[in-house]
Amino acid sequence: MARIDLVDLAQSYSGNDAPLESFALKPVTMTWRQGGAYALLGPSGCGKTTLLNLISGIVTPSRGQILFDGKDITPLSTQKRNIAQVFQFPVIYDTMTVGENLAFPLKNRGIARAEVDARVKQIAGLLDLTPYLNRKATRLTADAKQKISLGRGLVRSDVAAVLFDEPLTVIDPELKWQLRSKLKALHRELDLTMIYVTHDQTEALTFADTVVVMHDGRVVQSGTPAELFDKPAHTFVGYFIGSPGMNIVPAEVSGHEARIDGHVIGLRRNYGVLPAGKKIEIGVRPEFVDVAPPASGLLSATIERIDDLGRIQFARVRVGNTKLAARVPPGFSVSGDTAGLVFNPAYVHVYADSHLVEGVA
Amino acid sequence: MDKTINQKAWFLVLPVFLVVAFSAVLPLMTVVNYSMQDTFGNNQFFWNGVGWFKELLDPSTDLGGRFLASLGRNLFFSAVILAIEVPLGIVVALSMPREGWSVAACLVILALPLLIPWNVVGTIWQIFGRPDIGLLGYVLNHLGFNYNYVSNEVDAWVTVIVMDVWHWTSLVALLCYAGLKSIPDAYYQAAQIDGASRWAVFKAIQLPKMNRVLLIAVLLRFMDSFMIYTEPFVVTGGGPGNSTTFVSIELVKIALGQFDLGKAAALSLVYNLIILIVCWVFYTVMTNAGTERKAVAQGEPAAEPKPAAAPKPAGVLKPKEGVA
Repeated sequence: MARIDLVDLAQSYSGNDAPLESFALKPVTMTWRQGGAYALLGPSGCGKTTLLNLISGIVTPSRGQILFDGKDITPLSTQKRNIAQVFQFPVIYDTMTVGENLAFPLKNRGIARAEVDARVKQIAGLLDLTPYLNRKATRLTADAKQKISLGRGLVRSDVAAVLFDEPLTVIDPELKWQLRSKLKALHRELDLTMIYVTHDQTEALTFADTVVVMHDGRVVQSGTPAELFDKPAHTFVGYFIGSPGMNIVPAEVSGHEARIDGHVIGLRRNYGVLPAGKKIEIGVRPEFVDVAPPASGLLSATIERIDDLGRIQFARVRVGNTKLAARVPPGFSVSGDTAGLVFNPAYVHVYADSHLVEGVA
Repeated sequence: MDKTINQKAWFLVLPVFLVVAFSAVLPLMTVVNYSMQDTFGNNQFFWNGVGWFKELLDPSTDLGGRFLASLGRNLFFSAVILAIEVPLGIVVALSMPREGWSVAACLVILALPLLIPWNVVGTIWQIFGRPDIGLLGYVLNHLGFNYNYVSNEVDAWVTVIVMDVWHWTSLVALLCYAGLKSIPDAYYQAAQIDGASRWAVFKAIQLPKMNRVLLIAVLLRFMDSFMIYTEPFVVTGGGPGNSTTFVSIELVKIALGQFDLGKAAALSLVYNLIILIVCWVFYTVMTNAGTERKAVAQGEPAAEPKPAAAPKPAGVLKPKEGVA
């Protein structure tokens, strides 16, 4: 159990001299606190598995340090790091029973028999594996095998962190929910630091109290699900989290006003004069834009179609060449395909070169 | 479902039937025919019933004594080379690199002995071991070992065994290497995470995953070593005395040396039968172990009857089927 600090950690698979842009993981400095439930979220190839493998020691970093409780463990091998990791596909030791599989990480570390048995019993109970303890591990379904893999990750009580690398990929959707809530419950019960890699935002947002979003080898934001939703630090976060994603519209911004195609939208904060030469955009989530009957004070848009998500309806609209999604208020109706857009100024954010600009209140 | 009855379909089987008849059944029946008769030359034959077979299995007769002695030597030889080649092959496979140009280099070097014709292998070792001009024999004698495979039984055995190990360990190593390569990296990473020692990784991951290929390797090596003829014949000619006369060498002596067709036919039938039975047992054990594991892995109840692993003798001759 430990606090994990990453100091300027970076990884390049094509040598340390390669240009920084080609690094699989660009230098990152961050802290994972003891006992936290983290999700590492990002699309395939964004470097999240690399980051995980660096922490567990399967990959040796090109640059930087990893500290467990302030102690530099970068040169240590995986075995000596005291870390547990669960992989995407189940790894089962074929010749052993389920119980022996669970006991394997403990036995390898020379832990006393009685303690091993107690711990295996506890973990098997938590994962509903007790009836299978004496059965050969090969004789089970993929779900059960992955549960064993999870169990092996959780069985050691002294680990600095348990790392999950998309562990529920092979599991049926229905069982996924159960296992995820189970993991969440285990997290509360066992007081372990857990880092959960996934490309599925639902999985990340339901599992973690802190979500770390990665994009193109960089950590672009880390925060609670609410923070990611309300105030994305990067246009990628806005776009990646939420369904549909955030509307990103090129605009001119000065002071309290943003200008789209000559139309002025009020902003809550004062942005003064933004540096020239940067790409300025405003971002607003579809939930905070309403369509309304066309009126002279509103930005007018062309409605292309309306998606009915059951609980809520989103209109897909076009302003000039930019496509947006906007909420359809209950009882809205309009003749023709032209509508006005009503923005909620509190949730309109300004981005310069994709990064959030904090205005002055 | 109604099936159209069309007896003409039998004609489709005819070509195979003819080929098999002429290539296998007729020669085999000729041998069976010979095994029941005796001849004193001049192409005159006399009915002998199962006389040869009785004699063959009776150690007090000349034929039986020779057969059983050579059979014993053959079994001992197979056991020794299996005990050496299988562990050695595993060790070689484990120490081979997993990627890079050196993989290709290793594979080529390992494949070399397998590409050399049997009699050339025999000749190589025959010369290599000679005390007068062979590098091995000369050096050993120079160092004070009285090594001579022509006069000393132990030396002859050691030479034949070392030669077989040199020739065939590569096969076991290559098969094991293929098995090792098929293990996903995640297994090794998981083992690292679980803190497994090198030995534990071997026992828990590598050996179980090599299981299938190892059984195939054992099967192939057993069959081949049990039928061995060319190499020991070229090196020692079965001597000194009869000490390295294996069953096949004995068979050739009787059939072509003495031209005792009846005895030779009986011996070759029994010889064939032994190989078939041993391989059949092996094959059955292998496939049953395999199907059981597979059936259960797919989540089927274990009580469900296994697909009858009816091991046709033909399957024995195609051990590669087991790889699939």
